[in-house]
This record gives sequence, C-alpha cells and structure tokens, in this order.
Amino acid sequence: MINFLLIIVFAALFSILFFNSKVKGIIALSTIAIIASISSYIAIGALTGPAYELYFSGTDLFGKVLLKIDALSAWFILTINFTIVTGAIYGFNYMKRYSERKSDITLHCIAFVLAHFTLLGICSVQNGFIFLLLWEIMAISMFVLVIFDHHKPDTIKAGINFLVQSHVSIVFIMLGFIYVAFKTDNYSFDAIVSFTNQQSTLAGTALFLCFFIGFAIKAGFVPFHTWLPYAHPAAPSHVSGIMSGVVIKIGIYGILRMLLLIKTDYTTIGYFILFISIITGIYGVMLATIQHDLKKLLAYHSIENIGIIGIGIGVGCIGLGSVNKWMAILGFSGALLHTLNHSLFKSLLFYSAGNVLQAAHTVNIEKLGGIIKKMPHTSILFLIAAIAICGLPPLNGFSSEFIIYGGLYNWLYSANLLSLLGIVFSVGGLVFIGGLAMLCFTKAFSIVFLGTQRDSSVPEIHETGFWQLFPMYLTVTLMIVIGLFPSFFINILQSPVNLFTHHIIFNLNLIKVGAIDSLRTVNWIFFGFILLIILILLIRKYFSAKKVIETGPTWGCGYSNTGSKIQYTASSFVRSYSKLAKPLLEIDKKEIEISEVFPGEKHFKTDSYDKIEHFFIDYPLKLIEKITNLFLFLQNGQLQRYILYGIIFITAVLTIPLIFEKILTILHFLNNL
Amino acid sequence: MISILLILFVSLFFTGVIIRTKSIASGRKGPGIMQPVKDVIRLFRKGSVYSETTSVIFKIAPVIYFSSVLMACLVIPFGPYKGIVSFDGDFIFFAYILALGKFFSIISAMDTGSSFEGMGASREALYSMFAEPAFFILIGSFALLTGNTSFYEIFSTLHLGTSITYMLGAMAAFVLLMIAMIENSRMPVDDPRTHLELTMVHEVMILDNSGFDLGLILTAGYLKFAMYGAIIAGFFIGGLSLIWAVPVFLLIQLLFAVMVGLIESFMARFRMSHNAQFILALSSVSFLIFLGVLLVLEKFV
Repeated sequence: MINFLLIIVFAALFSILFFNSKVKGIIALSTIAIIASISSYIAIGALTGPAYELYFSGTDLFGKVLLKIDALSAWFILTINFTIVTGAIYGFNYMKRYSERKSDITLHCIAFVLAHFTLLGICSVQNGFIFLLLWEIMAISMFVLVIFDHHKPDTIKAGINFLVQSHVSIVFIMLGFIYVAFKTDNYSFDAIVSFTNQQSTLAGTALFLCFFIGFAIKAGFVPFHTWLPYAHPAAPSHVSGIMSGVVIKIGIYGILRMLLLIKTDYTTIGYFILFISIITGIYGVMLATIQHDLKKLLAYHSIENIGIIGIGIGVGCIGLGSVNKWMAILGFSGALLHTLNHSLFKSLLFYSAGNVLQAAHTVNIEKLGGIIKKMPHTSILFLIAAIAICGLPPLNGFSSEFIIYGGLYNWLYSANLLSLLGIVFSVGGLVFIGGLAMLCFTKAFSIVFLGTQRDSSVPEIHETGFWQLFPMYLTVTLMIVIGLFPSFFINILQSPVNLFTHHIIFNLNLIKVGAIDSLRTVNWIFFGFILLIILILLIRKYFSAKKVIETGPTWGCGYSNTGSKIQYTASSFVRSYSKLAKPLLEIDKKEIEISEVFPGEKHFKTDSYDKIEHFFIDYPLKLIEKITNLFLFLQNGQLQRYILYGIIFITAVLTIPLIFEKILTILHFLNNL
Repeated sequence: MISILLILFVSLFFTGVIIRTKSIASGRKGPGIMQPVKDVIRLFRKGSVYSETTSVIFKIAPVIYFSSVLMACLVIPFGPYKGIVSFDGDFIFFAYILALGKFFSIISAMDTGSSFEGMGASREALYSMFAEPAFFILIGSFALLTGNTSFYEIFSTLHLGTSITYMLGAMAAFVLLMIAMIENSRMPVDDPRTHLELTMVHEVMILDNSGFDLGLILTAGYLKFAMYGAIIAGFFIGGLSLIWAVPVFLLIQLLFAVMVGLIESFMARFRMSHNAQFILALSSVSFLIFLGVLLVLEKFV
C-alpha cells in the first residue's frame, strides 16, 4: 500500500507540471485526498487495534527502515489529515484569484503535496536518518509555501527567517540522532531505546534536552518561538492555518516520541517542560494581546497554545516520574486532545482571517469593523473559534483544558512542597492564560467584526463563496462535536496514552478518577445549557411579541454627533493592560503631542516588539556582526587581493609543516645538548 | 436542588437589602426591599430599543449571560446537599461558564460601537482576568486541605477546627467577598450609582440594553450576589443539619448584603488605575491561604 502511495505522489507531482492552474489544483487536491484516506484508514486501524508495521530493506548507510504507525502516530496522522484536507479545499478556492501566476501555483501545489506526505512520513518512520531527510523536505516545502507572495520583501524576509530557524532545529535533532548512531552504529529508533537503557539517566536527560530544543524550535516554545510571528502572517492564509494547525504540532509529536524512546528521569524532565510551557503560554498570550495585525495576533496565540499543550505534557511526565497513573493519563490525554483542538480552531481562525484579508485587503484590525453585517458566516465562524480558543464551554477548548486542570489537581494527592508550588504556579498560569486569551479575543472579535467600519479606505466587503466556507463549516462541526461529546474522544485517546502509562502499576492510594469521569457529566450539562438558552430565547420572544421594538442610534450619552471614529479601538481596549504589562513588553509609542493653542492633527501609533527576540536573537547577532565587521577590510572586491589571499593560503599550507618540522628538529637538538 | 431554590429565594431580597442598608446609613427611609424585583418585572413587560449599529450578538448576549449565571448556580451545593450538578472539578466549570457569559457581555458592549461602552468592556475584561487566579488558588487550597475537587465534597468535608483554620476561613470569606464585589461591579472597584460614564465599569456596558434584555442582565446580577453568598455560606454550614443550616445560610446572606451596603456607604471608590493592582493583590491573599493550608497539613518540614 505504501508503495502504491509513493507512486501516486510522484505521478501527481510530475503531472502537476503540465496543466493549467485549475487542473494543477485539482490534481493536488485529489492526491491529498488519496494520501489522506489511505493513511487515515491505516491510522484508524492502528488506533483501535495493533500497530501497523512495515519493513523496507534499506541501504548500507542507514540500515533497515521500519515504518511503524502506532497509536501515537495514528492520532497525529488523523489530526494532520483533517487539517490538511480542509486546508487544501480552502486553499484551492483561496488561490483561485492568483491563477494567472502559473509557475508559482505549480510550486505551491507541489510543495503542498510534499508537505502533507512528509508530515505523515515523519509521524510513521522509525529511523533517524530517514526522519531527518523527511524533516528537511518538510521544512523546505513549508518554506516554499510561506514565500508564495515572494514579490513582497517582508515575505522573503520572514521565509528566510523560517528557513534559518528550521535548520537550527535540524542541527539539534541531527546531533541527537548522530550521537546515538555514532555510539550504536544504528539509525533506527530501537537503537535509541537500547542505548538510553544502558546509559545513566543523566545521559538520557542530556540526549532528551538536545532533541527537545530541536523540536521546541519547530513547535514554538519560548524562547525558540521567534520565527512564528513572522512566518504566519507572511504565508497565504490556508498555509498559516496548516502551519499553525499541524506543522508546529509535529514538534510536539517529536517531543512525545522522544519521551517514549528515551529512558530518562521523567520528573526532572517534567518540571523542565512544565516550567518552559508556563512561560511560553503566558508570554505568547501577553504579546498576542497587544498585536494589531490579526494574523500576527493569531500566530502569538499558537505560541500560547503550544504552552498549554506543553503544560499537559509536563504534567504527564511528572505523573510518569512520580508513578501517579491518573496524573499521567490526564496530562497526556489533555495534551493530545488539545493538539487536535488547537489544530481545529486555529486553522479555522486563520481561514476566517484569510476571508477578511481577501475581502478588505488588510488584516490591520484598527482599520476594520462592522464586518459581521457584510460577512455573517465568516464572523460567526470566527466567534465560535474564538470562544473555543479561550477554553470556554461548551466548545472543544474547554474539554482539553479541563482535563489538564484535572491532571494538575490530581497532582495534589501525591504532593510534596516543591510540587505543591508547581501546582499553584501552573494553575495560576493556566488561569491567567485563559483570562488574557479572553481579553485578546474579545478585542479581536469585537474590533474586527462588530461596531462600524473604522477606516474609509477599506473597499466594499462581501461574503466569501460557498466552497471557501465549506471546509470551515466542516472544521466547526468537528469542534462542536468534540465540545459536546468529549468522552468519546477521550476513549479514543486511551490507546495513545497507554503507550506512555502502560508500565505504571496503580498505586491504590492515589486512585481518583477525576476529570475524565467528570467530562461525561459535563456532556449532559452542556445540552442543558443549550436548552436553557433556547428556552429563554423563546420566553423573550413570547414576552416581546406584542411590544414595540424600535431601532435608533447608539446612546451617545447626550452627544448626538456620533461617527465611526468615536468607537473604541483595539489599542484603547487593551490600554490599561498594556500599561500594566509595560515593564515586561516592549511597546513602541509614537505620539505627536498637542502643543499650540489651536493644535493641528494629532497622531498616535503603537508598535510592539518581542523582548525575548530582542535579547536572545537580535542582540547576539549584532555582537557577532560587530566582531566580524572587524575583518571587513579583507573583503574589498579587488581581484588581485583575493589572488594574493590564495597565494598566502597555499604558501601557508606548504610551509607550516616545514616550519613545524624545523622547530621539532631544533627542540630535539636542544634536548640532546 | 435545595441550594438553587434557596439561591433563587435569597436573590429576590439581596439587592433590596443592600439598597435599604445604604438608605438607612445615609439617613433616608429608602425604597422597599422588593423594589429591585418590581423594577425587573416592569422591565420584562416593556418593549426595547436596539441600536442601528448592533448585530445579532447584541440580541443574544443577555440571554447567554443570564443562562451562564443560572448554570453556575446549579453547581453550588448547600451544606450536606449536593447542587443539581456535582462532579470532580466542578469549580472549573463554574468559573469558565461565568467567563462565557462575561465574554458575551463584553462583545455585546462592543457591538454598539459606542464611545463609552468599549471603556466598560475593556475594564471588565481586565478585572475579571485578574480576579480569576485568586478564585482558582483559593478553591485549589481548599481542595488540597480536604483532598477533594468538587464544591460539594470540599464543603461537606471541610471542618474548621484549629484556630489557624478559622483564620483561613475568614480570609477565604474576605477573598470571596471581594471577588463577589468585583464580579458584581460594586465598591470599591466600581460604583453602580455613578452618573458619569467615564467612571463606570459594568453600568456603562449595558447603556444600550433595554426592556427584557436589561431585565435579564439585572436578574443575573441579583443571582450572582446570592450565588457568591451561597459559596461563602458553604464554608460555615458544611456540618450542620438542615434545620440549622437554612437559618444560618439566610443569616450569612443577610450579613453579606448588609456588609455590601455598609461598604458602599462608607467607602470611596478606588482610582480606576489602581483597581488592577488591588485585584491582583487578592491573588496574593489567596496565596497566603494556600501557605496556611500547607501549614495546617504540615507540609513544611
């Protein structure tokens, strides 16, 4: 079956070259559909039954290659397939207006199919060498997808930033694989298991950290997150959607996979992941709140959600380390469910942002407003996704955050002082993230979609076509299903979570079923909630049936000369927050003060800048630049100088051994004296 | 079941008691205790005016806000009797369902495109964000103390015994009182009597609501008061039998209402810019409670 799949992919990639833009899209779309259905079929089998295994006879270089889809891979494969398929359908319609850019479309289609294929490959291959190859192809195809608008300098800059950081990540992952291969002469994942079993836990931890950094760059953990806020806004919206939905999740997959492979001190690792995740979550959402570019705001929210997933993984690891089975189950279930949930609502948010971008030609939220009346579908879809991403009931974000909370409170039963402090800070952090996310999304939704248009330069806005909305409705349906029936998905999650926890024996003192059972109750409460809302709506309808319902202008507190300029803007909405957060964030404020008796026009502009990026990336880079600039005189563009360097080099190569030999002879002579 | 009936019952009088206390404290006779309920009933019978700027969000938000408060009331137990719904971690559900209501009330305020309502919305979002960690750490501390994570189990197994636990109970009551004041937009964070839109928080958000919708919002506010009063009462009536529990519950609610009235009569509102710090300080009080719980459980060794 896999061979068949390979043939399809290469045939499709080849045939994409020959047709016009529309057919290219159809070929890409159908190839993705075929890949997705075959791999989903295998994955569902692996999720409900035994793992799917297939051996390839490899070469001398990397040995036999095992292709194995276990429950963990299967969960990620299904997540990837859903998001990529909806993304492809959305993208097919999104890209229609670029159909005259034929060569770009070709490249885009090929890269899209390749990205899907390699993502699935990464999830299933059990050999470090092939893993790296696929990882590299994935990174490059994502780069091609990001730079679709390559005539814009910013896009190219963001793309190169992405490419560089991808390769830094590859270096770390490669180091890990090569180290193990060097020690065991084997690239297969089994070698990692047997190698770390022989070594001390410290070596295992070091190896894990090496992998963790590599995968964390891809996933966007702070302080390795700096590529995300550039690449997401630059890419076409469906690419941002799948990038945020699944490509950064492949980093999470890597971390989880390494946790399964590497035997290490899980408690230490757990604390480490938990700490870095809380920082990631809070920092991501803190920066998201002050963004004015809708897509950049969403990109920072991806960082926040990676933090939430990380908190789940951290809790799970500590559960493994402290032999608290329920804590481990809840932690990992929460993390895996949130991975799926985030891929759904984040891709939906990006698609909605894409609709807004295509209609209004801008995603600067200060210029938008009142879109709900012109694009009702997009607005409601965005609203549902916004509620979900804030973790509010009755949508899917709540289920996963609830499980993670459950894991954290389960930690209470096996607690010493250190872990108790850990609990307080994680719960506090998670709550704080939730609160800030609410501040941020009430801002984003209400400024973009509610009120009236803030800038007259924005063109007339129309709703997007059906085929662009269709994948969005598909996504939202799945989100609502997860929100209303979380226990069904929790049951599916049993098999991937079992991979982590199967060796833990129940400590009878710690049995406390907790959050998972609660979610079954919550199912029914949500139905009750929805019924209650409908009931009250009906009562209101009954009461107001015979009453006078008028419309009038918004109450301006006596001031009648209202206009769209008088509305609250995004900056003013978060002003009190940004004043408080000022010491932690870098906000650039440009303001022209009123100075004369009859003042002229007043301008006010704020820009935010990532402080961590400033300290960890820009500052060291400037230092390196400064040092290397000292040698700038060498590179002066004169050919004869370069020839001279060559001559000096050759002479040096030839003479240094000679001189060395002479010195040795002299030393020898001196010794003999 | 009994808890929701009691909460509904208390909510009828709660705001009336507050207003009456304020009147007496300022030397007036004041309206009858049932006046707020009468106001609401009158509002329910009225027609409404909707702004041209608003969309469907504005129409649906009061309903969702009211429903969320009602759902939150359902999880609150009454001493040894469970709430209508009770499960492990129900206080997370409690906080998040309230947040959903708040989400809708914020976006409905923004929906009007008013120059003032955004101000209230922004403040409300910020304050509730800062108040939530305090609530979670507080309940988390009691979860640690009792080894349970649902309201019902926490309250029914909570035994205030040693002097230090009484202190914890008092501190918890203080934090909850303050959270209730913040959530209901009362003094010292917000002044419901203010007549200047620039200084309002909650009141300015509902400037454009009228008729049935305004009635729903006001009712939700009364319910919220009684709900937080029920949580505070929960700390003290855990071990009592029904005959004693009901009077004690009513007494605590009455005390709570009188206290709110007195605070509003004799205290000035904080400066708007200091509110956030004040609310954040509540989290540190919660943290102190947490440390107190650690002391009680002898985790410091």
